[in-house]
Amino acid sequence: MTTKLLTALLLGTSILGSAGVAYAADVTLNIESWRGDDLAIWKDKLIPAFEAKNPGIKVVFAPSAPTEYDAALGAKLAAGSAGDLITCRPFDKSLELYKKGNLADLSSLPGMENFSDVAKAAWQTDDGKASFCVPMASVIHGFIYNKDAFDKLGIKVPETRDEFFAALDKIKADGTYIPMAMGTKDLWEAATMGYQNIGPNYWKGEEGRAALIKGEQKLTDKDWVAPYEELAKWKPYLGDGFEAQTYPDSQNLFTLGRAAIYPAGSWEIGLFNTQAQFKMGAFPPPVEKAGDTCYISDHTDIGMGLNAASKNADAAKTFLSWVASPDFAAIYANALPGFFSLNNTPVKMEDPLAQEFVSWRGKCKSTIRSTYQILSRGTPNLENETWVESANVINGTDTPEAAAKKLQDGLDSWYKPAK
Amino acid sequence: MAAAPKRPFRWHIGIFLAPAVLVYTAIMILPLAGTLQLSLFRNIDQSQVFVGLENFRTLFGDPNWSVNFWNALRNNVWFFVIHMLVQNPIGVMLAALLSSPKLRFAAFYRTAIFVPTILSFVIVGFAWKLILSPLWGVAPNLMDLVGLKSLFTPWLGKEEYALTTLSLISVWQFVGIPMMLIYAALLSIPEEVIEAAECDGITGMSQFWKIKLPLILPSIGIISILTFVGNFNAFDLIYTAQGALAGPNYSTDILGTFLYRAFFGFQLQVGDPNMGAAIATMMFLIILGGVCVYLFLVQTRLRRYQF
Repeated sequence: MTTKLLTALLLGTSILGSAGVAYAADVTLNIESWRGDDLAIWKDKLIPAFEAKNPGIKVVFAPSAPTEYDAALGAKLAAGSAGDLITCRPFDKSLELYKKGNLADLSSLPGMENFSDVAKAAWQTDDGKASFCVPMASVIHGFIYNKDAFDKLGIKVPETRDEFFAALDKIKADGTYIPMAMGTKDLWEAATMGYQNIGPNYWKGEEGRAALIKGEQKLTDKDWVAPYEELAKWKPYLGDGFEAQTYPDSQNLFTLGRAAIYPAGSWEIGLFNTQAQFKMGAFPPPVEKAGDTCYISDHTDIGMGLNAASKNADAAKTFLSWVASPDFAAIYANALPGFFSLNNTPVKMEDPLAQEFVSWRGKCKSTIRSTYQILSRGTPNLENETWVESANVINGTDTPEAAAKKLQDGLDSWYKPAK
Repeated sequence: MAAAPKRPFRWHIGIFLAPAVLVYTAIMILPLAGTLQLSLFRNIDQSQVFVGLENFRTLFGDPNWSVNFWNALRNNVWFFVIHMLVQNPIGVMLAALLSSPKLRFAAFYRTAIFVPTILSFVIVGFAWKLILSPLWGVAPNLMDLVGLKSLFTPWLGKEEYALTTLSLISVWQFVGIPMMLIYAALLSIPEEVIEAAECDGITGMSQFWKIKLPLILPSIGIISILTFVGNFNAFDLIYTAQGALAGPNYSTDILGTFLYRAFFGFQLQVGDPNMGAAIATMMFLIILGGVCVYLFLVQTRLRRYQF
């Protein structure tokens, strides 16, 4: 008897419960993402802000692990169970989804006019005609330094390369600090924080990148080999055993105050603020001589697109327009210092280090990482090879010329620039 | 009695075999067949097209693939050679020591040496990365204590040492397995044989070489083949310690990591399941070949002793 009653009760609640949900939530949008770290920010800040303005639309942020994201998303899209909104990786991974018809064309979405062409380039077809993701954030490269160490040793923030190496020499001579915290074990540090960080000053940012894609310049040209020559000079300033130093090792070396300069990406700001017990500052990659135009890597990293098979396309578009608005940009950029909004409307940020990074956009020219657009489509993969060769150059196992030649030969084997 | 009735078809044999056959087919045979099939296709304009052996021609003919393949194979062979030269002799030696009746705390040693085998690769890879770390590792300090600091280098970061270092880490982890198998084989040698040997004046070392070693040779053969299969399927340790690019400069790239990069892609490299399947097929053939050589050429010649 009691069992029956219990069953009836449970049945009753389940029907009532689902009826309640159906009544309250007219439309529920699911967001696919690899940014599990941002779960709290979405739940506590972004989604409530959106839902307050748009009653009737509920949003659920459902991230998966970064390493599983692409495979899981592909499987879900194929099975038709993917969320309405899809967080976009830059360039080819998303372009492939668009070509397969998984991502909808958003060129005419209200709000897209808030973004510059460079910002949109990461989520456009090669001819730039169709855009399929709303740009959300970029990361900027530069150097973060230990202000206390610089003050103690009386070092001025370097602007030119000569000043930069003079500063490194001084730190090394003093011996208290490791001049620069970087390792080559994980390979990508050497490529991303090294080559792509200092490179744009040599190849003149977008100008060189476009010429490389057009085939007018080669990786063996002077402007592309020179960053490797500078990287090779970094070797004596790295810590003992840097060949086996991993990325977390480098982060810890710097935040523990044992290293003076950290070749960085702005995504470090959040972590460094919580861990470092000293004052920090940042400077852009030094130029050749004072007054030269400076170029920074302002790399478009994350965007959001619409699942073409979504049943709630209209509500999803409303949400994407909001993502494209300055409101979203302000909340996002402040919640995640170091992930900078790509919106044309400047965002006021509280974090001083983030402000320093973003201020370079005013005085330097922005570009993105040279290997990301088009050039990493074939085998061998230019980005992966750049990791390996950058580490080889710093380790001293390859000369800058040899490394550049290997990269160009690999690229030549499959890439035929459009004439 | 009349002529024996015709034997009915023995259904129970099929039924008793069925669970194992079905499970094995579903989780081993079908995926294997699927892999072989996948390696004969290629993705052209979003659809799978049959291309025959084209993928294998790319793998061996296109220098972008073949250089990596031969490099991975060479590294894999070295990985195996280190295991054969270090892991298995040490395993046999430890087993011989453990089976000595004079040894005290044998059970403790046995357990202690076997424990790393049951640890996860992730733990082993991470722990050794920390031990050998030039920044926080204990290795530089310990070597300093005995005055050998000058011999320390960041082994995992040097092209010339990284693969050997990883092989030795793997040896450390798995030395328990040959030890246990040989230990069991040594214990199963009958007392009579040993006593007879002692009566003939064969004791100590010569007893091990002349009596025990020939008796455990079949076990050593089994261990060799297990090592071979395990090493050519290896992936986890390299992946956890060095990452999918198997740095520095691909010096620790083995077939498993090469397969992983091709199949699943890495960073900007988009995965190519068909080329991945072609590499997996080559791994399968290499292992199959090795096992066949052992089964038909070595095992049939090993002498067996029945007691």
